[in-house]
Amino acid sequence: MNKGSPGVISDLAKTILIGNRTYALWMFALIALSLLGLNAFSRQLAHGLYTTGMGDEVSWGLYISNFAFLVGMAAAAVMMVIPAYIFKDEEIHKVVIFTELWAIAALIMCLLFVTADIGRPDRLWHMFPVIGVFNWPMSMLTWDVLVLNGYLFLNLYVCGYVLYKKYKGQKLVARHYVPIVFLAIAWAPLIHTITAFLFQGLAARPFWHSGLIAPRFLASAFSAGPAFIILVFKIMEYFKCCTIHKDVIAKIRIIVTVSLLVNLLLFGSELFTELYSGSEHSIHLSFLLGFHGKSVLAPWIWSAVVLNIIAAIILLLPVRENPRFLNVACVMIVVGIWVEKGLGFVISGFIPTPLGDFVQYQPSLNELTVCFGILAFGLLIYTALLKIAVPIINGQLCHRKNDN
Amino acid sequence: MSTEEQKDLELKNAEKPEPAISRRYFLAGAACVSAATAVSLSPLLNAEEVPSTDDFIQKHYKQLSDEDKKEIFAKLEARIDKQYGVTATISDPQPIEGVEFAYVLNLGRCIGCRKCVYACMEENNQSRSPQKQYIRVLKMKQGTVNLETSSHDYPEKEASSEDHFYMPVACQQCREPKCIEVCPVKATWKEKDGIVVVDYNWCIGCRYCEAACPYHARRFNFAKPQIPTEDLNPDMGYLSNRPRYMGVMEKCTFCLHKTRRGEYPACMEVCPTGSRKFGNLRDPKSEVRKIIEQERVFVLKQEAGTLPKFYYTFAK
Repeated sequence: MNKGSPGVISDLAKTILIGNRTYALWMFALIALSLLGLNAFSRQLAHGLYTTGMGDEVSWGLYISNFAFLVGMAAAAVMMVIPAYIFKDEEIHKVVIFTELWAIAALIMCLLFVTADIGRPDRLWHMFPVIGVFNWPMSMLTWDVLVLNGYLFLNLYVCGYVLYKKYKGQKLVARHYVPIVFLAIAWAPLIHTITAFLFQGLAARPFWHSGLIAPRFLASAFSAGPAFIILVFKIMEYFKCCTIHKDVIAKIRIIVTVSLLVNLLLFGSELFTELYSGSEHSIHLSFLLGFHGKSVLAPWIWSAVVLNIIAAIILLLPVRENPRFLNVACVMIVVGIWVEKGLGFVISGFIPTPLGDFVQYQPSLNELTVCFGILAFGLLIYTALLKIAVPIINGQLCHRKNDN
Repeated sequence: MSTEEQKDLELKNAEKPEPAISRRYFLAGAACVSAATAVSLSPLLNAEEVPSTDDFIQKHYKQLSDEDKKEIFAKLEARIDKQYGVTATISDPQPIEGVEFAYVLNLGRCIGCRKCVYACMEENNQSRSPQKQYIRVLKMKQGTVNLETSSHDYPEKEASSEDHFYMPVACQQCREPKCIEVCPVKATWKEKDGIVVVDYNWCIGCRYCEAACPYHARRFNFAKPQIPTEDLNPDMGYLSNRPRYMGVMEKCTFCLHKTRRGEYPACMEVCPTGSRKFGNLRDPKSEVRKIIEQERVFVLKQEAGTLPKFYYTFAK
């Protein structure tokens, strides 16, 4: 990519480093938070996962919760790519790259969250094919490693190709990247399905052991991801980075609405099966909802349900045309689904333990700092990528100009 | 803002004649970020456990030659000597041909005294701080086998209560162990005699096996394991009770460093009621085999499809 053209690197570096005051403050805050996260992670490396709130009872916590949520956010980019490339929607096509870049940032966060969760990151090489031992195809975790890295690679390729060609002022050659785009379309649902399989394949955890998990993961991702993209587009418009056609937002809004309704339907279906039968398996859900003794998760999950329902109502009423209401609904969806997937899904699977022990989980401050650090780092990467991509797509940053 | 306006703005920016200042700013910024990164990483200086180069490049247990093992065991013994001042021997007894171990536990006799829990901990060099126990004794109400209503942390004086029975649960040494399937690096496997072991030097600490186990039998070293010198058991097996590392998984190994030499596991030796029976499932004359054939036995969570080799019975 940088074949004999130092101009590319200095162009990109300048674009990322120079910005107005808001941009500088935003980047400074993200860098500071990332470093705080790095500091907390160093402490965790030095003293072990004892620095987190996890234990043998609840052995996965906020790291894996965020991981599960962000895999969905990464997969959701496909909901923009499909209308852009399959239905040839011109307006969405113009901005689709911004969602593909989001997939890259989300995947990097996913990989960081997994690394943060591992007890011995120094031994990660044990997983590399050839030099390590890779338990494929038995372990769903190895599948997840393959599909996540594969999806990251596909998105890096497509974004890199499109941006570089536009920067160079050259024409895009369809056969050089469109096949990869279609491969990525097929690949995206896979990353979230396999992440769901990682959980739902475990008979030891009745709460996860349900065929509805993968569809629920997809539905919730296809509502939270595009809702986040709407917010990003609104912010980009606010800062006059680019103009987003009204139809684009309207179309994404429909995707968000349908997915949210499907998600609520699936959640309701699961709720009914578990609670109506009243079998022993329903203990996780009834505990989660606070029907079975005190649960610290109950207020969270109830707020998530309420947030999602209110958002659905807003999206179904004519008031959805009002940008302010739409923004509020989108924030509600992103927050609601983060709680539902993270706290409501991952952590509740551990309470009670397979031996019936009810142990509550409360993340430690250090653990929270690592989480915020990774999220800030992901946003830092996304902002930097957008800072480069926006002028290139708008035709303001290109190679020729540099030669003058 | 239209594209035209943006272009103007950009030209204006480009015309600003301050490359030297921006370079100075850039260097200052880069220096600040580097310094802040270094400060952020400073807790690593107090790391409780730093792997040596040999530890780092050590291969999977099954890829080690006899020579490699000899060298590694000697190194570990030297390290234990240095750290604890204890002369330990690390052995690596192999599964015996024609032997498959099984356990039978008589719930009709167990009084829930938890002597097995502590004998296990002492034998197997589990961390004392924080305390790791392989065996968990559930205090169950008579008339039910509902785990959710069982009590895990009952005080000692509540042992041998008349209206309760007690169910100790540890690794069930399944014939179809889910923990093995899910491990991404094959750091845990089933040996020929049916014992599920962990390579403490290969485990990456993802805890997927802990999530997959229906018996809550696996334990993770969230902190660096701490054992007082006087409590260290110097008779160590490489795949069982040698000191563990921070950030790796461990579990019951049926005391393989004892049982493969023909001894009984520590939990059985200490049991004051004779509730525990251990032996070779393939030997038609063994005690466990006779009990399984003659008594009414059951396994825990049969629906999980794990086919445990740990049987329970309610005998007199």
